[in-house]
Amino acid sequence: MPLTPTTTPPFLAVLVRGLFAGLIAGLLAGGFAYVAGEPHVEAAIAIEEAATHAEPATGAHDHGDALVSRTGQRGGLFLATGLFGAAMGGLLATAYVLLSRRRRAEDDGRSGLLLAGAALLGVVIVPFLKYPANPPAVGDPATINQRTVTYLLMVVLGLVAVWAGSLGYRSVGAQAPPWLRAAAAVGGFLLVTAVAYVVMPSFEEVPSTFPATLLWNFRLASLGTQVVLWTGIGLLFAALMHHERRRRAATALPGT
Amino acid sequence: MSSSASSQPVVHPAGSTRLLWTALATVVVLALLTYLVAFDQGAVSRSGTYLHELMHDGRHLLGVPCH
Ligand SMILES: [Zn+2]
Repeated sequence: MPLTPTTTPPFLAVLVRGLFAGLIAGLLAGGFAYVAGEPHVEAAIAIEEAATHAEPATGAHDHGDALVSRTGQRGGLFLATGLFGAAMGGLLATAYVLLSRRRRAEDDGRSGLLLAGAALLGVVIVPFLKYPANPPAVGDPATINQRTVTYLLMVVLGLVAVWAGSLGYRSVGAQAPPWLRAAAAVGGFLLVTAVAYVVMPSFEEVPSTFPATLLWNFRLASLGTQVVLWTGIGLLFAALMHHERRRRAATALPGT
Repeated sequence: MSSSASSQPVVHPAGSTRLLWTALATVVVLALLTYLVAFDQGAVSRSGTYLHELMHDGRHLLGVPCH
């Protein structure tokens, strides 16, 4: 007897939907960043320019003949968020397929949304609270390599924390009360996150003269950009997979 | 073997191995794309820092360390 009327969709079909959902969500996130974030980027660059012009000319780097104009960089924002979104959507789709082999029930779109939520938590929120986004003029160029490596490590640790949360949830038996399972999930997640925050180095590189409100507004806009991106990926991917499943169900059962 | 095995080719070991390799290749390609957008300083793209500069604002607003 057949297990289900529909088979799992092929990997490529899921991947294409993930890439597409990511591209569209990335462009939406770019729109949000353009409106909510660009004014703060401009303000920060004005501060940066003022600082470099006040200093004696070192000749280390020259902002005068920029490779890409500011207009080009504002347009490049959409290229960056679009491509980044497509990459994230593709990775989400890959994780979806690999994890779906363990899933017993037919997916009704919930697991796509759940996965996007887990990614938002592990890839964005956990790293952000340790290493928040910085506008231009904040950050010491001498530590860029260290900051990049520790940031990537923090993304990995964020995913480990989410995994520890799901492990905690599943380690408590299904017959246990829901609050206990939720507590085990939160406990596993917080344990890994707390250890990561303590172990990982901190960087105190905000110039004392940098306006605190500008820093706050920029960081809020940056976090908002990622929230729009992952919410968009989750919703679009779930909708596309739902549509795909209905299409396959319709072709699999032509008589009924 | 029952007849259901031939009518429902869902997941069998050979297809599973191929799926894992395809998934691995996909992850590598997408990781490279992410690197080009978010972290490249021109070393891999060999475009100098043109791409780096073009996607500069995106990097800051996506929260990736930039400079
Ligand atoms: Zn920058």
